[in-house]
Amino acid sequence: MSTETMKKVYSIPESLRNRPHHYCPGCGHGIVLSIVGELVDELGVRDRAVGIAPVGCSVFLYEYYDFDCVQAAHGRAPAVATGLKRANPDLFVISYQGDGDLAAIGTAEIIHAANRSENFSTIFINNAIYGMTGGQMAPTTLLGQKSQTTPYGRNPNTDGFPVRVCELLNSLEGPYYLERVCVATPQDRVKAKKAIKKAFTYQLEGKGFSLVEVLSQCPTNWGMSVLDSVKWVKEVMAQTFPLGVFRDKGQQK
Amino acid sequence: MGKKILMKGNEALGEGAMRAGMRHYFGYPITPQSEVAAYLSKHLPKRGGVFLQAESEISAINMVYGAASAGRRVMTSSSSPGISLKMEGLSYLVGSELPCLIGNVMRGGPGLGNIAPAQADYFQAVKGGGHGDYHIIVLAPTTCQEMFDFAVMALNLADKYRNPVMILSDGALGQMMEPVVIPDEVPIEEYDKSWALTGAKDRPPNVVNSLFLDEKELEEHNIKLQEKFKRIEENEILYSEYRTEDAEYLFVAFGLVSRIVHSVVDLARAEGIKAGLLVPKMLWPFPKDRIAELAEQCRFLMSVEMNSGQMVEDVRLAVNGRRPVYFYGRMGGGVPAQRRVLEELKSHIEGGTK
Ligand SMILES: Cc1ncc(C[n+]2csc(CCOP(=O)(O)OP(=O)(O)O)c2C)c(N)n1
Ligand code: SF4
Repeated sequence: MSTETMKKVYSIPESLRNRPHHYCPGCGHGIVLSIVGELVDELGVRDRAVGIAPVGCSVFLYEYYDFDCVQAAHGRAPAVATGLKRANPDLFVISYQGDGDLAAIGTAEIIHAANRSENFSTIFINNAIYGMTGGQMAPTTLLGQKSQTTPYGRNPNTDGFPVRVCELLNSLEGPYYLERVCVATPQDRVKAKKAIKKAFTYQLEGKGFSLVEVLSQCPTNWGMSVLDSVKWVKEVMAQTFPLGVFRDKGQQK
Repeated sequence: MGKKILMKGNEALGEGAMRAGMRHYFGYPITPQSEVAAYLSKHLPKRGGVFLQAESEISAINMVYGAASAGRRVMTSSSSPGISLKMEGLSYLVGSELPCLIGNVMRGGPGLGNIAPAQADYFQAVKGGGHGDYHIIVLAPTTCQEMFDFAVMALNLADKYRNPVMILSDGALGQMMEPVVIPDEVPIEEYDKSWALTGAKDRPPNVVNSLFLDEKELEEHNIKLQEKFKRIEENEILYSEYRTEDAEYLFVAFGLVSRIVHSVVDLARAEGIKAGLLVPKMLWPFPKDRIAELAEQCRFLMSVEMNSGQMVEDVRLAVNGRRPVYFYGRMGGGVPAQRRVLEELKSHIEGGTK
């Protein structure tokens, strides 16, 4: 292999700043970040992209994306995205949210943005935990899963059940595309990138609301090694949150 | 010359905003501001704009945040309980230095209160309301015409200072009908919007943000904001006066109440009592210097409000102990009656502030 090709393979996407990020080693967020950067490059939309940084471990997205960004209040990214896109439909809007952000405090915003089929793309990071605040129960925490606020494991009688976002949104007419993926192995990463690319392409075609849910490892707050955490995603988490396409209006015809 | 139309205050607010280039409105239904949304839902689409009924006031204010980030003139409106829900978003808007217009057509509180006119959100509007150290510019119209004119002024001021501006009205002003002169053209001031999110084409990326984890950086950001608020205080005072030249007793009243007190001044004068009135049309910044000046010539001042006594605190701060400052108010939708205000004035005169 020539050094030329080697350089190319390892180059940082133009859409990402060349600086270290603060995600823990092995964290799913970091993998999704590079996927987004690669796709913004590949689709040639950096010049009109606006990234939305949520409240959560990905709050500093605006430090990593090398394109226009706005930081949103906790859970309100879908409303901010709606305002941006309605104000200027030429913008390419990437909304990015964690599971506490999207499925707890921001439940109303995501449901109604999806229901109106707002033409932006949502990347939804489901790591079954509140990462940034130190590992409290998320709406997606599995039954029996221990967290800082469910020290004896999540009990459905007092804490309710894990919220399945793709399934929930799939009950609405509005969404154009809903898929759940993971980023546990390199092969999973390829599939996740394909899904996010589809969501982005649909936005460019003006199709309406897309959401890609990514089952994402949080080794730090799960108290696991990186290897154990990717195994847990595949073997345990995916039981409650089955991978696959829930809605793809582009494939229906 | 324009034309004269009979319209409700709430409609005038919407029309004024549209004339000033507002093309994006996000709101959630609530009485007594419903006419704003009804009017805009009818007229905005015809003028190439966007009307969106959001799922909540929280969503609406965050849609405003998004559209303002994109550099557009944008508006939301609500009434007291809904404005409470917008407070988090308002704090973010100030923190991120985004311009927008917020209409509060106040009703009685606390809690669900009622739908009658009130001025009980004065503190919330002028002292901050949401978290953090901040101010928004607050305009207080007294007529349907001012609902129109102030909407134009508000959008200009918002862009000028990159700060939200609130129009603080009430259920009576919002729903009464009066003739409004709509000029052919309104003054639209253009300010630099190179900070807006338009896509990083041929320029470094723009970021709209209120997060500064580093303490030094956040303090610097706060200092910058406070300097801006100081600039606003120095440049943007707005009030009117009535029969103050020789006034010995000065009323201070805003919004709807100022119209009632205007008549009280005439009633008092007819009885030989030298009353005068100062009407703050901007509540923040507050016309404190002028009030202090007038206090010198007066025996006492009296604030009349539709609340338990809120603006009176700012009047007292302005007067700074040099004269007595009295208060008369009604709450929960009660509107001060002229006779009653006059009696109140006389009782203080007789009470012996010679
Ligand atoms: C209104 C408000 N409530 C609470 C918080 C505190 N907070 C910060 S991050 C966070 C949880 C985020 O968790 P999640 O969305 O799952 O994202 P992750 O960190 O796991 O990526 C919370 C509750 C806040 N910033 N704002
Ligand atoms: S706490 Fe978890 S989600 Fe947050 S960066 Fe670390 S591994 Fe990732």
